This record gives sequence, C-alpha cells and structure tokens, in this order.
Amino acid sequence: METLIEVDGLSKNFGALKAVSNISLNVTRGEVLGFLGPNGAGKSTTMKMITGFLAPTAGRVSIAGFDIEKSPLEAKRRIGYLPEGAPAYGEMTAAGFLDFIAEIRGIPRAERGARISEVVGKIHLEKVLHQRIETLSKGFKRRVGLAQAILHDPEILIMDEPTDGLDPNQKFEVRSLIQEMSAEKAIVISTHILEEVDAVCTRAVIIGQGELIFSGTPRELAARSRYHNAATVVVAGDDAERAEQGIAGVAGVAEVERKNSGDDVRLTVIPNAGAAPAAAVQKKLDEMNCPTHEFFIEHGHLDEVFRTITSAPGNNGEVHRT
Amino acid sequence: MNGLLTIFKRELKAYFATPVAYVFIVIFLVLVGVFTFYVGGFYERAQADLDPFLQFHPWLYMFLLPAISMRLWSEERKAGTLELLLTLPISLAASVLGKFLAAWCFTAVALAGTVPIWITVNYLGDPDNTVIAGGYLGSLLMAGGFLAIGSCISALTKNQVVAFVISFVICFAFNLSGYPMVIDIFSAWAPQAIVDVISSFSFLTHFNAIQKGVIDIRDLIFFASLIAFWLYANILAIEMNKSN
Repeated sequence: METLIEVDGLSKNFGALKAVSNISLNVTRGEVLGFLGPNGAGKSTTMKMITGFLAPTAGRVSIAGFDIEKSPLEAKRRIGYLPEGAPAYGEMTAAGFLDFIAEIRGIPRAERGARISEVVGKIHLEKVLHQRIETLSKGFKRRVGLAQAILHDPEILIMDEPTDGLDPNQKFEVRSLIQEMSAEKAIVISTHILEEVDAVCTRAVIIGQGELIFSGTPRELAARSRYHNAATVVVAGDDAERAEQGIAGVAGVAEVERKNSGDDVRLTVIPNAGAAPAAAVQKKLDEMNCPTHEFFIEHGHLDEVFRTITSAPGNNGEVHRT
Repeated sequence: MNGLLTIFKRELKAYFATPVAYVFIVIFLVLVGVFTFYVGGFYERAQADLDPFLQFHPWLYMFLLPAISMRLWSEERKAGTLELLLTLPISLAASVLGKFLAAWCFTAVALAGTVPIWITVNYLGDPDNTVIAGGYLGSLLMAGGFLAIGSCISALTKNQVVAFVISFVICFAFNLSGYPMVIDIFSAWAPQAIVDVISSFSFLTHFNAIQKGVIDIRDLIFFASLIAFWLYANILAIEMNKSN
C-alpha cells in the first residue's frame, strides 16, 4: 500500500521539557491509525508537527512525498486537519466559515456550493448553518471543525479527538463517517476512548511520556491483556464451589477470579500466556453436570492494557516497534 | 498569493461582524471633530486649509490604531484559530499581508468618514486641494506604519491588552523620536550618528512634511520601508512561535 504519512525520528523539546522524543511511524492509504496516550503524553504535539503547525526539534515528516518543512504548501494542501478543541472563527456563521475554508483551499467557485452542501449533509449541520459559530454547542462546534477538515476531500486526514464533546449518537455517526472514508485515505485520530480504537482503527499507537511505546492492531493490543482469551462463566451460587475447583484443574488455566453477582457467582478464568482454555473449561463443566447461566470469551480489556503500558515507568524494554 | 485576498476579505468582514468597527469609527470621527474645531480652532484661524484637522492625526492614531491592530494575531492565538490558519495551504507572508491590508483598509474607511470636513473647507473658502489630498495620503501612510507596528506586537502575545499597551508605547516613541523626550534618553550615551538616526524616525517630522504639501520621495520611502520592516518582523515573530 502507498505510504501517505512518513514520520521519521520526530522530536520536540520545549526548553528543557522533552515533549516528544524520536517517534517514527508510517501510515498507508486505507489505514486508520489511533493515537492513544494519557493527557500530556505528546499526542497533540506530534499531530501539530505532522500538520506543520509546530517545527520539530529533530526528525522529519513527509506527506505524500512532500516534506512538511521544505514544501509546506504542497503538503498542507493534501491534509485535512481538525486541531485540538476544533477552533473556528466565532464571529462567522458556519456557512461563512466553510465558504472561507473552501476558498482558501482553492475549491473552484463553481464547485464550492455543491461541495459544501455535500459535507454539510454528511455531518448534519443544516440546522445551524446560519448561526454564528460562537453561539453553537460544543457538539456542533466540533462538527463544524470536522466539516472544515474534510471539505476538500483530503488524502490525509488528521483529527485530534474528533468525538470529544459529542453525545453517543453523534459519536457513532462520526465513527461511521471515518470508516466510510477510510478506504481511500490515510487517517490519524487521537482519542482517550478505547472502544473507539477497537471500533474504527486498523492500527493503534500508544504514546507515553513522548515516546512510542506500542504499535500494533487493536487486537494485538488487547492480546496483551491478562484477560485475553479469558472465559467468564456465570453459575448458580450453590454450584460455585465445585465449579471453581473443577475449572482450576483444567490445563492452561492460570487463575480463577470469583465475584458474586446477586445469587449467582461470576467466575473468570484467566489463562496461562498463549493458552485458550475456554473450550476445555466448557467441556469440564458439562462433564461435571454443572449448569451455566452465561458463558462468554473475552478478547482482553483495552483499558487495562492501556493502564499497564502507560503507567509503568521505564518499561521500554517491551516496546514493540514497527 | 491567492489566499491573500481570501484572508483580506475575511478579516475586513470580521471587523464589521462585531461592534468594534462601529465603535471605532464613531469615536474616531467624534475625536477628529473635537480636535479640529475646538483644539485646532478650525473657524478661528479663518484659513482655507486642513492643518487643524491633519495635525492631530499622529496623536489620534497613536492610541486608536493599536486598538485596531491588537486583535490581528493575539485573538488567533488565544482562540486557537492560529493553528487552523497556519495549517491551511497559504504562505505566512500572505496571511500577514492579508491581515495588515484589511486593518489598513478599515482605517481608510474610517478616514473616508472625515471627507465632510474637506467639503466644508471648500464650501467656506478656496483651499489648495492638492495639498489636502497629499495630507490624506500622508495620513494613510502613517496609519499603515502604526498598524504594521501593532500587527507585529500582536503576534508576540495572546493577550490583546498587552498588545495594545506595548503597541501604544512604541507608536508614542515613534511619534516623538525627533523630540527631546526621546532624544535625551539616547544623547547622553549614544554616538551622535545613532541619535541622528533615531531622530530621523520621527513620524511627526515625516508626516508634517507631507501634510504641508511637500511630497518628498524620501518621506514616502520612509513609511513604506517602515511598514515592510515591521511586517517582516511580524512574520519572524510567528515563525519563532512555531518552533517554540
């Protein structure tokens, strides 16, 4: 696949503070890359450098083959960018603002109207089109920012927290929109919401203290969880004791966690690394003639992995680089 | 330079989208009137010229124009729209120039509001209209100088009040740089050559010459190069901000 974003050894220091150090990554057409990391980890700073707002201390960024510092206009033409907080000129109406962006993006006058109404329709801005942006709710402001970013149908779309401040329905719409566009674009989004990574991203990158500490698919990320391939069984309280003992003896089971839920007991079977004992557990329970109320397999808890990866200082030995 | 016009239009509209434009124009015209007719003694002098009107422009501009220029970049920085603007495919020079020209054009609109005074003097007497036209030209050029200073200072801070105060002080210094208040600061320790250079920066001296109807190419070059210098510094200020 064609590489549209190439980031090579990117670093940024603010005085003595190392905001970003030595980040390298590539994004190809058709990929949706999720930037994860705690607040202040350097996600926004990295995005600001990729889009040419900040000059890097070291390293380079290439956008569809154009160096962002040497040929900024060529590179910027190919990027749609939603900055953190979706800034827009408050005294303008949404329509006026989009018209301004269309004009500065060089969309020919004849096509501007059609292009703007297409994007406005996609993002559902019709109702607020003639309101001043400063009077809009947070959700609508964010959507104006999104509309601005995709107006020129860019090959590269970079969005800093695109669903922040949206209600669940709007979040769903924005995620669908991203998926819809993802086939012919290279998309980078940053987010705090881990389900979002699972829902829309083809690849996830975790940044902690300015460094790249994980890169892989959301599934690979989930696989690092101790709950990866874990099975959860809900049994009646009376059966709990014998079920727990029975399960503990199954090959590949590392530990059984027990949690009461009402009259029932929830048993979570944590496998040894690499093992997938779910089927064996089910078979064992059948043999024991122990009825189960619920039985399901877990793929891993993203938030748990996220916490483990980003809160352990100096665990860079485990870094999985691409 | 395609984006320049787009930026220019947006900025100019932005002035009129808020009360800033109307408040400024009204206050400017009221002050011009007060100074011309009361302080300047327009009628009492009984002379058919616009000296009593034009001579106060440097002083009015000194504190009114920083109010126009203070928002140019500070507001963008504060609202975060600077990030949007600088990631659009438009050169920094075009943005700086577009914004500056919008502020300048707005000032020209305010200045055009004083034309009734020009008509009045023609009605009452028989003035030398080429001298008056020269006076207007000089006034506009000087306004450009003040605005370029203000635009550059505005790029250095997020805070519009800070931008206003610093721009005002610099404009004040430029107005008075040929006068003892400023010269005395330097004459005690700086070589005469430097003192001469500083005193030659006086807006008042250059403007007075133009206003008297003596359009000397050196005065025009002075204002043009002053504008160019401050706008260039404006670009550098934003570049600097980008790497920091």
